[in-house]
Amino acid sequence: MIARAVAAARRRNADRGARTPGAAPPVPADAVPSGVVPAGVVPADAATGCVVRLEDVHVRLGGRDVLRGVDVELTERRVGIVGANGSGKSTLARLLNGLVVPTAGRVLVDGLDTRRDGAAVRRRVGFVFTDPDAQIVMPTVAEDVAYSVRGVPASERDRIVRDALAARGLAHHADHPAHLLSGGQKQLLALTSVLAARPRLVVADEPTTLLDLRNTRRFAAELAALPQQVVLVSHDLTLMDAMDRVLVVDDGRVVADDAPGPAVAHYRRLVDEAAPASRRGAS
Amino acid sequence: MTPGTYRPGTSLVHRAPAGAKLAGLAGVSAVALAATSPGTVAAVVGAVAALYAVAGVGLRAAWAQVRPLRLVVPVLLAVQWLTLGPVPALVLTSRLVALVALAGLVLLTTRTSAVLAAIGRGLRPLARVGVDVGRLALVLSLAVRCVPVVTALAHRVRDACRARGRERDVRAYAVPLVVGGLRQADALGDALRARGLDD
Repeated sequence: MIARAVAAARRRNADRGARTPGAAPPVPADAVPSGVVPAGVVPADAATGCVVRLEDVHVRLGGRDVLRGVDVELTERRVGIVGANGSGKSTLARLLNGLVVPTAGRVLVDGLDTRRDGAAVRRRVGFVFTDPDAQIVMPTVAEDVAYSVRGVPASERDRIVRDALAARGLAHHADHPAHLLSGGQKQLLALTSVLAARPRLVVADEPTTLLDLRNTRRFAAELAALPQQVVLVSHDLTLMDAMDRVLVVDDGRVVADDAPGPAVAHYRRLVDEAAPASRRGAS
Repeated sequence: MTPGTYRPGTSLVHRAPAGAKLAGLAGVSAVALAATSPGTVAAVVGAVAALYAVAGVGLRAAWAQVRPLRLVVPVLLAVQWLTLGPVPALVLTSRLVALVALAGLVLLTTRTSAVLAAIGRGLRPLARVGVDVGRLALVLSLAVRCVPVVTALAHRVRDACRARGRERDVRAYAVPLVVGGLRQADALGDALRARGLDD
């Protein structure tokens, strides 16, 4: 299982032309808009968001057209994505850090193409998955956070890890095995580990689906307080109220792109129209 | 309590370097396995007990380390008693228990990261023959991390089998376990990539 995980990560990196360690990814001159931090430079200010552009993006996975021509530019601090199961919204989220690359079209993060410069994109874009058990990679809490902190001396790394855990109320659990944490604490640990890498954009793919109401609120509050730009995919429509902009994805297309109120109303109408008339009457 | 789970502490045993503890464990194991005299084995048992006392991890933690042996040891003791006599039987079984307890103590008093780092340092000479030691260390960490994840998956699958009255069906247990394990591996691969493996 472990060999499969590591091999999968490596294979996909190789497919996408990940750079050798230390080598700065080449950036085509025309791909970098003026005023954007050049590739390879660690962003000094996490609060400066990214410019994410999807240009006529199509994704075909397992013989199915998952996304069919998505054209958006995301610059808002809080972007929500809603849609039914299988609508393509998770794939849309995964495009943003190069976990999925387009079959046609391209995705640019600050001018970096996710297909060519996947590693550099992933340094800017942190990703929180739905299941924390699938993203905590180290045995203990502190070790997992430390895995995200690279290129600094051990003492400095330990200080960063300590501060990061204290900031999320996990300091007492530093040496505990990660599997002994509660579901809510695990998801907080996952977020802490993502933030320790100092991303400028945090993409969260249904991060509260496995959490109870109290932990959902706690997690949402943590996300809301982040200085970083956030793209949140969720089925929880109440979380969309805090967004600046909400995309509704249906059948592989962005069918609404608006403020939270009108976008969520559009999504509700879509669901109502898809339900058989008899059931609609019952609800 | 699970055997081999690190328990934070500040004792001399906790503070000793991980590499020294692992080397000590190897050394004591070699001595104990070569020894057949009751005196030497008694000394090893005494030393292990003393180290537990110094570490101050408590009797419950000590019992948790040797608990998995509770079914094997009586059988082993009985068979050897009948075939070899009482003294060799006691010598053989007590050194087995002492060594398992000592290995448990090393894990109880050493962070997994320190154990892995020490193993990584020990493997470093292999880098000269082209082995990626950093990758090997990561795989060891992942293995430790995956034990509870796969255990939880196994429990879920077993519960699902039970809920449908198929607790004796090996296929109904094995297939979802393997498929679930592979899915988890793919998800872990995505997580490693998202967190900059191979950057």
